[in-house]
Amino acid sequence: MSNFFSKAEVTSSGRPVLLHNEVECHLLSAVDLEPEDHRHFSLLKSGLLILTTHRLIWLPSSSASTPTSASAIPLAAISHIFSSKKSLKSVFHSPRIRFQVLVSSDGRVFDPSSGSGSSSGSGSRSVVVTAVIRGKGDCDGFLVKFWDSWRARAWETTKISSSGSGSASGSGAATGIGGGLYSSDGSVRMVGVAGILRKEQEMWESTDKSLQDAFQDLNALMSKAKEMVMLAEKMRQKLLSGTSSQTSGTNDEDMGSKEEMQDWLLSVGIISPVTKESAGALYHQQLSRQLADFVRIPLERAGGMINLIDAYCLFNRARGTELISPDDMLQACSLWEKFDVPVMLRKFDSGVMVIQNKSHSDEEVFARIKSLVTKPEALRTGISPTDAAMTLGIAPAMAKEHLLTAESKGLLCRDISPDGFRFYINLFPEIDPCNMYFVKDYGICSTWIKAVSTTGLGIGERSSTFR
Amino acid sequence: MQKLGDFKLPHFFNYPPYFTLQPVRETREKQIQLWKELILDYCRIQKIFVIRLEEEFPLFSNSVVERTLSHEAREAFLSALVAEGRAEWLDKGRRNCLILWHRIQEWADIIVNFVKDNGFEDSVMTVEEIRSGIESRGTELQGIDRTILVRALKLLEHKGKLAIFKGTSTDDEGVKFSV
Repeated sequence: MSNFFSKAEVTSSGRPVLLHNEVECHLLSAVDLEPEDHRHFSLLKSGLLILTTHRLIWLPSSSASTPTSASAIPLAAISHIFSSKKSLKSVFHSPRIRFQVLVSSDGRVFDPSSGSGSSSGSGSRSVVVTAVIRGKGDCDGFLVKFWDSWRARAWETTKISSSGSGSASGSGAATGIGGGLYSSDGSVRMVGVAGILRKEQEMWESTDKSLQDAFQDLNALMSKAKEMVMLAEKMRQKLLSGTSSQTSGTNDEDMGSKEEMQDWLLSVGIISPVTKESAGALYHQQLSRQLADFVRIPLERAGGMINLIDAYCLFNRARGTELISPDDMLQACSLWEKFDVPVMLRKFDSGVMVIQNKSHSDEEVFARIKSLVTKPEALRTGISPTDAAMTLGIAPAMAKEHLLTAESKGLLCRDISPDGFRFYINLFPEIDPCNMYFVKDYGICSTWIKAVSTTGLGIGERSSTFR
Repeated sequence: MQKLGDFKLPHFFNYPPYFTLQPVRETREKQIQLWKELILDYCRIQKIFVIRLEEEFPLFSNSVVERTLSHEAREAFLSALVAEGRAEWLDKGRRNCLILWHRIQEWADIIVNFVKDNGFEDSVMTVEEIRSGIESRGTELQGIDRTILVRALKLLEHKGKLAIFKGTSTDDEGVKFSV
């Protein structure tokens, strides 16, 4: 059975690769996608359905097959969305969303990005696809957003803006030549009174649009208020039923509603106390994967280890508006051990938390520290965290953590003085308390003595008399 | 080799970490061991019986590497000596420490030998004479700390080797040997 849908690209952490200007709008879990003609085409079972401004992306769940089966339907290929019919039957079934998709000559979903510019081109046939939502997600909300995204036609704006930016440099030369309202590429120019009027018009239109969006948010708020009331009721019932449900909880209905409650609580911003038992809400799972992707580049630049706080700042700065709380960050990092991502969270004895590559090796770092600290200069004066940072190519705070760890393993000794905090190679194991004046001909002690005596520091024939 | 007075210093005396109390247990245990030996050796050779923590003690500073033991470190090393029975705190505030580079029993043995060597078996001496008399010159008893001497004498008294009696003043405290 061949694949009906287009292929969607996925990162190594299982997150979809988004197109330019593509933004995620909504998520639903445990969704089946059934093309009408599923005798000839495979149907996709129980995955994550992500609605974006440009596409519908379907990701297989982590227990299923490899990421190569991630699929997508461009919104441009959708010709119609059916409104949901509430009937007696729909009370017993899982909710369904049905929509009509244009199909190209080979019977697969029409992909407008391949070749022809017009969307009404070779797709004369259409097929109905049904999304069966078996998970406990907000189906109605998803449908509303689906309509909005489909009508907004964000993919067309992208085309115009990209072609507009391309011609901007071209028309720069053209503005000098001749008058006229239209520039060489056909877009309207802003000149004269007509230009001012047109600018005003455009401002009105954008204000109107943003007002519409604002009212949309109000509608969303009002529907959420209804959910809030339901939530308060549910929570009250949950509290009334007491702690007895926590110990068993093998009941499917129980687990489902717990997850639901968790999601709702999270959407209000309350951290659910139930989080520890499950793998975490869907939000945290997706955030966790997104974070794993993002943190790869900063990690490389920082030499393989980055302070958690630094990563948090970088991540939030990149996100721009939808900032995450420190707690979300911590949750997301803690979930990494449940997924197969190449990064991990690590806590040092001093309490400092860092993100490092799974492939990072402590032994390798210790070997490099050892070779640094046995150089003649380091034997004489020791090394500071800054020296280690320069040699290892990491931040001084990270270097200090490595030095402290090396010290706890007996590789180094600390030296605290008005000059600061420095580390030396550990000579103590080589010294015999019963034979303190004896130094072996080989070994680190004699190397140290040689290094130290070349500067005349110490083991000369000076005698200082003290009484 | 570097010296402190007549005392020969070991090579690791110029190793800066030696002067910082090490936090790692194994390293610290070794460090403490080395300091204990060094303190005992130094005190024996220089005939130092009391270390006062708040005063300067030559062994605790190294002007060559410009390091000095912190108060915490000094207390740690001396406490280790006390735990081993080679030292005693003279006050509750742990500011003064009596160093027993010979244990009290060893001192007692030295006194007995001193008595035998000089034929004082049935004689009477003052405490002061024992530590600063002509006979004690050149022996280990010369200049011995009074507190230690009295403790050793008391130990011998307990064993019946002598009797201590008071004179008209403290200096006149006398000892009758019956070794």
